[in-house]
Amino acid sequence: MASEGDRRPDLEVELREPRGSRLLGGVRLQDEGAKGVAIALASTIVFIALVVLAITHAAGWPEVKRVFFDWGDISGSFPDIARAFVLNVKIFLVCEVFILVLSLIIAVLRSLPGPVFFPLRALATIYVDLARGVPTILVIALLGFGAPALQLTGVPRSPVFWAGVGLILVYSGYVAEVYRAGIESVHPSQEAAARSLGLTRFQALRRVVLPQAVRRVIPPLLNDFIGLQKDTALVGTLGVIEAFNQSQIDTSATFTYGSYLAAAALFVAITIPLARFTDWLIARDRRKRQAGSAFA
Amino acid sequence: MTKMLGLVALALALAGLAAGCGTTKKTASTGSSSCAKGDLNLVTAGKLTVGTDNPAFPPWYGGTPHKPWQVSDPRSGQGYESAVAYAVAKKLGFSKAEVTWKHVPFNNSFAPGSKSFDFDINQISYTPERAKQVSFSDSYYDVNQSVVVNKGTPIANVTTIAGLKPYGLGAQLGTTSYQFIKDTIKPSKQPSVFPQNAGAVQALKNKQVDGLVVDLPTAFYVTAVQVPNSKVLGYFAAKPGGEHFGMVFQKGNSLVQCVNHALATLRSNGTLKQLQQKWLAKATGAPILK
Repeated sequence: MASEGDRRPDLEVELREPRGSRLLGGVRLQDEGAKGVAIALASTIVFIALVVLAITHAAGWPEVKRVFFDWGDISGSFPDIARAFVLNVKIFLVCEVFILVLSLIIAVLRSLPGPVFFPLRALATIYVDLARGVPTILVIALLGFGAPALQLTGVPRSPVFWAGVGLILVYSGYVAEVYRAGIESVHPSQEAAARSLGLTRFQALRRVVLPQAVRRVIPPLLNDFIGLQKDTALVGTLGVIEAFNQSQIDTSATFTYGSYLAAAALFVAITIPLARFTDWLIARDRRKRQAGSAFA
Repeated sequence: MTKMLGLVALALALAGLAAGCGTTKKTASTGSSSCAKGDLNLVTAGKLTVGTDNPAFPPWYGGTPHKPWQVSDPRSGQGYESAVAYAVAKKLGFSKAEVTWKHVPFNNSFAPGSKSFDFDINQISYTPERAKQVSFSDSYYDVNQSVVVNKGTPIANVTTIAGLKPYGLGAQLGTTSYQFIKDTIKPSKQPSVFPQNAGAVQALKNKQVDGLVVDLPTAFYVTAVQVPNSKVLGYFAAKPGGEHFGMVFQKGNSLVQCVNHALATLRSNGTLKQLQQKWLAKATGAPILK
């Protein structure tokens, strides 16, 4: 029941590389040729030049340039922010593991069929609604200041711990929905076929449905990872010195904003490779499946 | 051909935008050197617009809160900073009714662009680095940093600066207290920095931080109102050259000289001292930490 050889014509059409480049508005290069490229190039250059001109001629530009784009300011604040950024990456990596597990459980609970499982389904639905409904910053503040206020022995006081719990709870809600979309996209005939071969319901889920479901949702999943990576900055509201909080410290010390740019550069340095990695995964998956379907 | 037309239209639109932005250039706000009321370089003519954060905390601001102000009311003239602002306004020739207050969060007080206030008075410490971006008035209050702790916790027995090293300390973002922790106390634990006063206070209540470093008058407010069962452990002698609060102005605003002139008079005739005794008298009696 390996899924490699399954024919899914609808999905393949969707994922097939478009003939022309999307960036060039679907122009088919060999037909319209150099003319299209030239127009695209000229329009880009004119556009960028005019935007740059508009910004640099704005009345406030000299001041903005001075407070935001001072190279000494940016590079001077960089080492401290980079050190603080290590914490963002750690929080991100640890939370991600828990989120992947927790959200999968929730998604499976939400997808359970039959009236017997109604309470579990309802519970999972309520959880997802709450997790996605309350602003992340509020969840973090509630847990980070509220849980330690109980003064229970054995309950950690660490703001990093509670902020991590908050991020896990919130993001599990989102990621569970991504998983669920994946599970529901697998045609019911897949499970029926698996059951007819003698697999139990759990085996069918584990061996047939989930492998296909997870592979389909890897791009949106990584999309949420990127969101999580950025939201680690919310931990700063609990007093923890992470990258954004450090950049705010620098800004309030100098009244300049170069440190914001330094922090932004660090976040982008993580999220862009993650985005390219997603693209690569999708491409690899497509190649694998196309190779597989040749034998079907 | 339509593509070309579109391109031209785009170019024209953007060129118009660029030109539009270019012509809104304002003349530099130098103003005249006279301190006569009519010659002052003001945001709103005939009115003195003063900024501070909301909530404005005692003992810097007092009076019963009245919308939109919370915790206190800067318009009351009560509290040290409110009283100083009105005293300066009077010296500049403004009646009480001619002073308007504006809610200016700390981060907005130094944001680039034209300011919505004539000066901002919000416990902002002068530093040479900050003074490159905004103009500061002379001192209206000389600051000592201090530590607030929970009674009965291990840190409550500390009597020296060196004794504070092993503890987790917190400060509020935007204050110079964080810099003080890093440069003078040099603790072995990473300090915490809270974007809001409320967060810092809650963390001290929860014992998520052992001590909070704040300016001395604020420390007495924290112990009296915000954190029950806490005490001012002590204060630190000012650094050489001292630390002081100054009012914040748009960089280069000629109004600074006039306010400095007013402050000098208020200092020499004893008004500042009187106002400190009236509003900050409670902020005494803490031991010094060496």
